Amino acid sequence: MATMQAGSGAPRPRTRLLEDERWLAFFLLMPTLILLGLFIAYPFAKGILLSVTNTRVGVPGDYVGLAIFEKIWNDGIFREAAWNTILYTAVTTVFKLALGLWLALLLNRHFRGKAFIRAFILLPFIIPTVLSTFAWKWMFDPTFSVLNWMLREIGVIDQRINWLGDPDLAMGCIIAVNVWRGVPFFAITLLAGLQTISPELHEAAAIDGANARQRFIHVTWPLLLPVTMVVVLFSVIQTFADFQLVYVLTEGGPANATHLFATYAYQIGVRTGLLSEGAAISLAMFPVLFLVVIFQLLYIRRVETR
Amino acid sequence: MARVLLRNLNKHYETFHAVKDVDLEIQDREFVVLVGPSGCGKTTTLRMIAGLEAITSGEILIGDTVVNEMPPMDRDIAMVFQNYALYPHMSVRDNMAFGLKMRKFERAEIDRRVKIASDILGIEALLHRKPRQLSGGQRQRVALGRAIVRNPQVFLFDEPLSNLDAKLRVQMRVELKKLHERLGTTAVYVTHDQVEAMTLGDRVVVMKDGWVQQVGDPLELYNNPANKFVAGFIGSPGMNFAAVTIERDGDALWAANPGMRVRVPDAIVTRLGPHSGRAATLGIRPEDLHIAGPADDAGHCFDAHVEVVERLGSEILLDVSVGPSSMVASVPPTVRTKMHETIRLALDPERLHFFDAETEAAI
Repeated sequence: MATMQAGSGAPRPRTRLLEDERWLAFFLLMPTLILLGLFIAYPFAKGILLSVTNTRVGVPGDYVGLAIFEKIWNDGIFREAAWNTILYTAVTTVFKLALGLWLALLLNRHFRGKAFIRAFILLPFIIPTVLSTFAWKWMFDPTFSVLNWMLREIGVIDQRINWLGDPDLAMGCIIAVNVWRGVPFFAITLLAGLQTISPELHEAAAIDGANARQRFIHVTWPLLLPVTMVVVLFSVIQTFADFQLVYVLTEGGPANATHLFATYAYQIGVRTGLLSEGAAISLAMFPVLFLVVIFQLLYIRRVETR
Repeated sequence: MARVLLRNLNKHYETFHAVKDVDLEIQDREFVVLVGPSGCGKTTTLRMIAGLEAITSGEILIGDTVVNEMPPMDRDIAMVFQNYALYPHMSVRDNMAFGLKMRKFERAEIDRRVKIASDILGIEALLHRKPRQLSGGQRQRVALGRAIVRNPQVFLFDEPLSNLDAKLRVQMRVELKKLHERLGTTAVYVTHDQVEAMTLGDRVVVMKDGWVQQVGDPLELYNNPANKFVAGFIGSPGMNFAAVTIERDGDALWAANPGMRVRVPDAIVTRLGPHSGRAATLGIRPEDLHIAGPADDAGHCFDAHVEVVERLGSEILLDVSVGPSSMVASVPPTVRTKMHETIRLALDPERLHFFDAETEAAI
């Protein structure tokens, strides 16, 4: 060591600092820490602080304890938004999983133009949500709806359907668009999962006497389950906190029938200016998402150590 | 138990003719090894027998049934894969029982068969484990167990030992041989390792470029290779080859090149006669060369320049140059010689091989 230092000269102080792993780790983590702190931790803390006051736009507000939470708990629209969010998340996830798995199984076969189709499938996922949702909004437009035109041309209906004007239909529409947008993510991720399953396992199962259905149940599905769980949980988190799709299509209407937590929080907090109530509604998502994340982390750890 | 019959079997991929006119009859209870370099069509042939690969033309019979269109599950075969192909999410017991469960065997019968197979293979203690908790050798045993419990007509092995380390491979080779002895099930075994082929096979099928080169028991392949490829492929280190011209001198024939002049033994003079005056390939195995002594006929001796001396303990391999050709001689460990020396080697005339220079077929 001594001879080496004599030969090369003492390292410069900054280099020596970076050679200490604790400092190096700190330097490397710094940018992420700043970003997370500024855009996640600070707003989150601020949200909690807001929710225990009665702040509104232009009124600093005072500490009121859990009064705001009590208020939104008794708010019928909040309850409807909560129910909508759960319904929206559950129904879309089931469809996205079923359709995504089906697509993934199809795409996992060999056929001409496979690479092209695989890339093509991703389109709904790549297009900015706001743009594609505006296109859907046109398709659901009461006057110009291409869907209505098609249905009338083939003789299914003789009156225009007001897609986004009817509460039940509107819910169906936002679910459909979310599924359309989310299926590619499921399909591509599950396809990647399928491709990690060795074809030899299928051959072994075929020789062992399993038919195609049994091979899926006993080989493909159990081996795909870890990937499936991760995709489903990611999707649940995203869908539960969805905002832009509903905001563009219905803005929570008609008559608050399609409000989700996020859109209702925006409506109350920003549009109406009741900042503390908006914050409280946003925070209402927290327990559910927290549980999902905990479950996800535990599951991933279990799979990793298995 | 059943025989397996391949009749004029062919496999074409889009632009590639992988298996060409393979005719082979595998007897009941026989252990047949398909051996050859990568891409020789051996694995494709095996996969066609298994039903994992469609047959382009020809016929495969298992027992007396043509199985060309039969799905793998109905062929009553079991296969051991190169990467074991154990179901990673199932315990060892479930891996072995899977084929029986799919075939709706009674619970008690499944347990009985799994017990017997795991006794034979010595894996009773591992039954509750998952494949990832096993060593390579243990996984290999489980893969064998999965095949055994089915009690099939034919075992198919696709390079089952190639993922094991050298020592374990030798050990498993012996166990496989014993297992076959015990069960007597017809077996088709694919490998690229000629030692494995020679030690395991009742008969060995040497393949190259989709063609069957020669079928025979191991000694037959070793002693009477049908062509230069088989001669070079079987045996380790491989047979030495030297380009020679066949010259006639009265009644005698000589094989000569600038480095050596070897008298052709009387026994094959007649056979080699038509080739006199033409080019041929002389073949002699390293173990059929020795340091020349007084007893050796001058017509079977030649000078060799030692280039490398490989001391293996039980023998010494001498890499020598003889005129234009390189050769390897296997000599006893007592021989004292050094690099760059010139020594005199003698060959065993009874062990000489000659191959046509163009067709490479044995003469």
